[in-house]
Amino acid sequence: MSRYNRHIILSDVGQEGQNKISNAKVLVVGAGGLGCPILQYLTAAGVGAIGVIDFDTVEESNLQRQILFGTSSLKTNKALAAKERLEDLNPTIEVHAYNEALTPQNALKLFNDYDIIVDGTDNFETRYLINDAAIITNKPIVYGAIYKFEGQVSVFNYKNGPSYRCLFPSPPKEGSVANCSEVGVLGVLPGIIGTLQANEVLKIILGFTGVLSGKLFCYNSKTSETYTLKIKKSDSEIDKVLSREEKFQTQEFNFNCSSKNASLKDLNKFENIQFIDVREFHEEPKVELNNCVQIPLHNLISRIGEISTTKTIVIFCQSGIRSKTAVEILEKHNILNSFSLIEGAAAIIEQLKTSL
Amino acid sequence: MQLQIKYFGLIAEVTNCGEETFEFSKSQVSELLEELYVKYPSLRQKDFKVAQNHEIVSNESNITNPEIALLPPFSGG
Repeated sequence: MSRYNRHIILSDVGQEGQNKISNAKVLVVGAGGLGCPILQYLTAAGVGAIGVIDFDTVEESNLQRQILFGTSSLKTNKALAAKERLEDLNPTIEVHAYNEALTPQNALKLFNDYDIIVDGTDNFETRYLINDAAIITNKPIVYGAIYKFEGQVSVFNYKNGPSYRCLFPSPPKEGSVANCSEVGVLGVLPGIIGTLQANEVLKIILGFTGVLSGKLFCYNSKTSETYTLKIKKSDSEIDKVLSREEKFQTQEFNFNCSSKNASLKDLNKFENIQFIDVREFHEEPKVELNNCVQIPLHNLISRIGEISTTKTIVIFCQSGIRSKTAVEILEKHNILNSFSLIEGAAAIIEQLKTSL
Repeated sequence: MQLQIKYFGLIAEVTNCGEETFEFSKSQVSELLEELYVKYPSLRQKDFKVAQNHEIVSNESNITNPEIALLPPFSGG
């Protein structure tokens, strides 16, 4: 097949290597800034089965870096939009799109269907969920993360190597790391980091010896400087995860100390909901609901009197990060019946079209 | 000892530089952190790991190598 000719003529790949690529199954979590280039290169390379999971929809502000999408993909689910583009790029492979959030309930089953998990998410909660589910299912993770002009890449849980928790044992304090809506990014940076992740995936598939396991590679796109940190395996961190395996799919398993998360599909359990939109007034899309008040996060305390003490409070933002901080703030002010919506405003609008 | 300290991500925003030389006469990582907290008070609220010569070190470790880095976790994607 001429499609893979440039792989096959490489002596380190050859037809044998290309067959390994064709037989590989890779799950990419998140089809955003990192996920798009990862998916694009793995699809072009001919990875036999690619899964993509993302509950989010394509927004105009994504197009500056999320290169699988065009204006025709706006308002559609990212996993489904990615699948459409990837099937055109390479119709000889299988692409499975999962239009849902990764949760403790679906992670283990999903991971078991793939050989390699790629972390292209944008929040700590999902990163720790991926780490723990990959330890339990014994799958390697190709990790990437960005902050403004900097990126980190590593391979975790590979051939008995260290995990993400061996580097950062627990999620950072709420509010100590800025959320995605507050932080800008030059579009090419996730392209660089995501492409490095795709490269690590192929190295694992091909059995190369230089896989980035036990090391955190850091790149600064402004200074072009790199820094490589050695990561030691911590058996106690890995054992802690394994000891919680039985509780993994239940509420008892807490990634981020907050069990006060709610999903859109849970909302029918509550009667009498007051929605609080903690986004800034300029943020799109606008959510128009009768039982919704918009109070930007930094005004929450000064406007706390507007929050119902009798209703169930469901707080949302763009991606479930600020809403979680809001729940904590309300708890400190003795408003205990509040939940953070794990999906963002765009998902609410989708849901509104059908039910609610 | 004259240390060369690298700062990453939002730690570099707190210190307002990616790298600096820092004169340090005590011995432990925890003592270095106390001095950095005096120079950069908001650093105390941040999450980060300290590396010496490209390896993570605990607060009780002795500083024996001038190459230090403060690395926060990143979540963006």
